[in-house]
Amino acid sequence: MTSTTVHARSAARKPTNSRRGADRRGAGAWFLVLPALLPILVLSVGPLLYGIALAFTDSQSGRTTSTQWVGLLNFRDLAHDGLFWDSFRIGLLWAVGVTVPQFLLALGLALLLNQKLRLRWLARALAIVPWAMPEVVVGIMWRLVYQPDAGILNETARTLGLGGGHDWLTGLATALPAVIVVGVWAGMPQTTVALLAGLQNTPVELHEAAAIDGAGAWRRFRTVTWPALKPVALAITALNFIWNFNSFALVYVLTNGGPGGRTRLPMLFAYEEAFRYGQFGYAAAMGCVMVAVIAVCLALFLVGRLGEGDDK
Amino acid sequence: MTARTRVLGRAGQYLALLAYLVFLAFPFLWLISTAFKSPRELGSLHPTWIPRHPTLDNFRQAFDEQPLLHAGLNSLIAAVSAALIAVVIATPMAYVMARHRGRLATAATGWVVVSQAFPFVLLIIPLFLVLKNLRAINSVGGLVMVYVVWSLPFALWMLNGYVRAVPAELEEAAAVDGAGRLRTLVSVTAPLLAPGIVATALFAFITAWNEFFFALVLLKSPEKQTLPVVLTHFLGAEGVADLGPLAAAAFLATLPSLVIFALIQKRITGGMLAGAVKS
Repeated sequence: MTSTTVHARSAARKPTNSRRGADRRGAGAWFLVLPALLPILVLSVGPLLYGIALAFTDSQSGRTTSTQWVGLLNFRDLAHDGLFWDSFRIGLLWAVGVTVPQFLLALGLALLLNQKLRLRWLARALAIVPWAMPEVVVGIMWRLVYQPDAGILNETARTLGLGGGHDWLTGLATALPAVIVVGVWAGMPQTTVALLAGLQNTPVELHEAAAIDGAGAWRRFRTVTWPALKPVALAITALNFIWNFNSFALVYVLTNGGPGGRTRLPMLFAYEEAFRYGQFGYAAAMGCVMVAVIAVCLALFLVGRLGEGDDK
Repeated sequence: MTARTRVLGRAGQYLALLAYLVFLAFPFLWLISTAFKSPRELGSLHPTWIPRHPTLDNFRQAFDEQPLLHAGLNSLIAAVSAALIAVVIATPMAYVMARHRGRLATAATGWVVVSQAFPFVLLIIPLFLVLKNLRAINSVGGLVMVYVVWSLPFALWMLNGYVRAVPAELEEAAAVDGAGRLRTLVSVTAPLLAPGIVATALFAFITAWNEFFFALVLLKSPEKQTLPVVLTHFLGAEGVADLGPLAAAAFLATLPSLVIFALIQKRITGGMLAGAVKS
């Protein structure tokens, strides 16, 4: 509103120039955007479209003959590729298995950090640490924790009389859960910070009013905190799901997809297909399927949110 | 609510907080402990939290086994260049996103959100082919280009929030006083934005310093590789690893981002929130 008054004033001063001034501002905006827009188009949007196009070719690395269009052949092969669907199932299992506990634990931590507690500063500082660490280091660190002999987990198990020497990361049954724990640990900070921000936006007065009215902690959470927190919670959960589904480095370092493919996430599968076996076209098709699934998940999520909006 | 239940509630809260502290801290403490242990202690079947004979041998051995110094230098060059370029080109665009409510700003915001959903395979294969044709494969320069674009969404997001925090009235006042558009930007807006720009640059630095996937694919020869890639060489084949040097190198690789994060933690979370809350 203030800007219109200012423009009105300058227009009054120099009425003939106002139209040209507006044009110059528009051009100026483009000029300011261009330095970022060009690299985005060349190195992000362009490759993305190129990548989608590659999915319809038989592109391979180190091949002398030229690349040919093969239409939907890659997708037909993918449909029959049991290993790919295995990895796909593992990817979804992992994404849900990490995202849900991550959210619940982060919510608990955010609620605690929103209270006036001693040691809160320490918890806040520690809650950030996993965020700052390279994923490779997080993976290495947890491998040290999970070590069969020298790891702290087995030593603790021995001390508690639960026996030791478990090969957590190489056992067929324990590998995926063990990797999921690391995923939860690594992704907690962003979720906690986002939820904490959401909490700090909830009106304190409402909370106090509810407390005076005699509402217990659970009721106050359900009727005051959660409605205010919900938009942030849904957004961060959707993002976490996508990030987790697309994740690579953690599991690459922890198990490299083993044992026997039990932790082979789709990204690891596609990476191997592309850069170990040189099947670029096929790997690009996998990427397309992953994008499609994420798009569908997001669409369902958005539809769900809009539906709720109608109810209110 | 009786006083008794309140005390119990408090106790429960502290118990929960303690559990969180343990969960968050123990892997990191274990990493540090492992880094300072002697080989004999690492081989013991009953590992201890505090090394009985703390030693720096693991660090020395880590530097002997892998070119850590060189890899660190590569990481530093890649991360510093990427951070500087990203901030220089993102700041004007973030400014437009925050101040002009047009189709451009909407498209840019949309892209920032959508870019979070790309599976990197779909980007890396074409990038690999293009960079290979440009002979920019296996070069830190090529990696920097990728990192710049990769860190742009979040940089735009953060900066967008910081620009919004600068009251538009200040700029208008300067305009009324007769300052041109550029003059207003340079002498009024930029100084107020400076802390946010620095925080964004440092965050972009950490992002690039920690990045693994693109570096793994794009850098083939050992003397070009960045720190995260070289760290995985410690793991060896079949997961047999020399635990001490592995822990020592991993610990060292984390220090720069940890220190920076500690310094700008408030600004990062603030920036993330400013971008999220105000849009």
